[in-house]
Amino acid sequence: MPKQIILAAHFPGVNNTTVWSDPRAGSQIEFDSFEYLAKTAERGKFDFFFLAEGLRLREQRGLIHDLDVVGRPDTLTVLTALAAVTTHLGLAGTLNATYHEPYELARQLATLDHLSGGRAAWNVVTSPGAFFGENFRRGGFLDHADRYVRAGEFIETARKLWDTDGGEFAIRNSQFDIRGRFGVPRSPQGHPVILQAGDSDGGRELAAKHSDAIFSRHHQLDDARQFYRNIKDRLPAYGRTEDSLKIIPGVSYVLGDSDADAQEKAHHIRRQQVSPQTAILLLEQLWNTDLSGYDAEGPLPDIDPVLDEDDTIIKGRAGMYPDRLATAAEWRARAEAKNLSIRDLIIEVTGRQNFIGTASRIAEQLNEYVQTDACDGFILVSHLTPSGLDDFVDQVVPLLQERGVFRTEYSGTTLRGHLGLA
Amino acid sequence: MTLHLGVALSGDSFAADDWIRQVREADEAGLDFVTFDDTFGRHGPDAVQVAARVAPLTRHIGLIPVATTTHTEPFHLSTALATLDWVSRGRAGWQVRVSGDPAEAALLGRRAPLQVDALIAEASDAIEVVRRLWDSWEDDAIISDVATGRYIDREKLHYIDFAGEHFSVKGPSIVPRPPQGQPVVAALAHGPQVWDALDADVFFVTPADADDAARKVRTILPEKKIFADIRVGGHIPTDAATFNGTTLQLADLIQNWWSVSGLDGFRLRVSDISDVSDLVTELRRRGLFQTSRHRTLRDRLGLPVAVNRYQEAGRA
Repeated sequence: MPKQIILAAHFPGVNNTTVWSDPRAGSQIEFDSFEYLAKTAERGKFDFFFLAEGLRLREQRGLIHDLDVVGRPDTLTVLTALAAVTTHLGLAGTLNATYHEPYELARQLATLDHLSGGRAAWNVVTSPGAFFGENFRRGGFLDHADRYVRAGEFIETARKLWDTDGGEFAIRNSQFDIRGRFGVPRSPQGHPVILQAGDSDGGRELAAKHSDAIFSRHHQLDDARQFYRNIKDRLPAYGRTEDSLKIIPGVSYVLGDSDADAQEKAHHIRRQQVSPQTAILLLEQLWNTDLSGYDAEGPLPDIDPVLDEDDTIIKGRAGMYPDRLATAAEWRARAEAKNLSIRDLIIEVTGRQNFIGTASRIAEQLNEYVQTDACDGFILVSHLTPSGLDDFVDQVVPLLQERGVFRTEYSGTTLRGHLGLA
Repeated sequence: MTLHLGVALSGDSFAADDWIRQVREADEAGLDFVTFDDTFGRHGPDAVQVAARVAPLTRHIGLIPVATTTHTEPFHLSTALATLDWVSRGRAGWQVRVSGDPAEAALLGRRAPLQVDALIAEASDAIEVVRRLWDSWEDDAIISDVATGRYIDREKLHYIDFAGEHFSVKGPSIVPRPPQGQPVVAALAHGPQVWDALDADVFFVTPADADDAARKVRTILPEKKIFADIRVGGHIPTDAATFNGTTLQLADLIQNWWSVSGLDGFRLRVSDISDVSDLVTELRRRGLFQTSRHRTLRDRLGLPVAVNRYQEAGRA
């Protein structure tokens, strides 16, 4: 039997992937939008719905970033409400280990697991640094070097609490010192599913030790295969089997009636995603300096990027460019060779859609990724709220089902069951 | 004028169906609100989540979970309650609670318990932060202006810059201003230590009789909505007056208190919603209780439209 594909629906987020300027774009905050996407995913027999968390609005040049979608709901509240309008769909959300505490969060995740009948999942992230800390009691208390220590001990502590089945506990480690009685009996999944997204060596080791799934950013075929092998090879050291940790990259797609039609749509969407203003802003994220005087339809700056990683021009978003000078040189060469404007170049080098084509071509490619161990499934990131997955569910899912690589009905009721996790 | 009627649910069930049945019944009975009890140390689900779980399955009733300020982040409280207001389309409230219990402090493990005065002062700061964050987006901040490429007008988002003894919060919120602007803030209050200190819209008081109720109403600021808590059934002593008797006797008691006290209404503490279904019918028959046609909890309780403090400041 071929490997079964995992599919998840990512609610469009607060970056320029999400096209708010499209006339079909719906609300980013009204519950109807969340309900619509969740029901679409459940109609498509998806494994889970995914919602990211906000701790502070992004800033660029010291001002609140205003070109992308801004604002989103509280993760746990929306996921718990979605349990009321879905029956099988897993409900996954990002919740930050830096600015939550284990007793409260373990209680909330176990509550979600109970109130959803075993569908809760937690994407564990940490946010070191002072920027987010300005909204919270302890400020920027967590050092960058301690981020995986905090995440690891948080997960271990939460699992100990869940294992008490509503009984006594006393836990002490470098981050936490807590004791008493846990107020929640064992939830349907026992342990809500744990996802993790860190990509450094420390992040990979944390995932190998603790995670049920990785929200990966490796989506080029060869790169994804290397990542997959790298992760799965770390598992035996923790006494884990390869199928106990699922690797699920976040990917985007564009469907068309023909391949040419899909390419044309993809280009149109890219231009929507990269307005002239957004092009300059994205360029600033690499250059790390104010480029507001440049024309997006003109050539790239001839100055070099500013190398100050402690004071980056963008706040509230993880660093994306480990070697600014090298990347800038690469971009300049590319722009000169192809005579590209700033906007053209940004359209080419940032966030291009991963899968573009007809439904049958996309189904074939997705299946190839999974059957050749580039991943175990996909978190689909659409560009349109809330209807962005309609075409995928209507056209691609049936083809995957015909191939026998995706469920036609849910066989269980819990997310662990859907994912084939013990 | 009609009296307002809510129920306090304190169940510890983890079965969603138990909550759905009770809150739907309260919704269908036309009650104004239901409160969901909670503490960190209890056996039972998180109350904000229970309210969120039933919100899409009910249509009219206000949903007021208890949430504790003592060990929690005001930022998370504000965004969770704003989101409850979004998922319930304007029916969210918040019953503020503090925790002086050393056993609860040990569960969270962050610091030793505070004295009562300090707990209330911290709760007062938390309410201030939560309220400022709710106002930190003006209602028309989202402009989706294709010509300039701007999704929001950042001039309509506001840093709240709160600095207090126990926390500082920069803002703005991550959540656009909720449908009610300001969801309803409520608190259980046994005396002026609470009702003079907390910026709540609604106080639940615990009078011993009609005269005591009238005294409390006279003491509390006139713009506050005041509800008397009555425990229906049970023999364990509590802070609220406990009523054991027939439905008609309870209706008499409510009618009597209501007519002499100036109370806005009653919150009935029940073991199960079915304990009060006959009472609601009787109060309707007497013309004392009518179901509100308003769609938001603020409107239902007769609270004024919540003016945005930052929008006002900008105009001034």
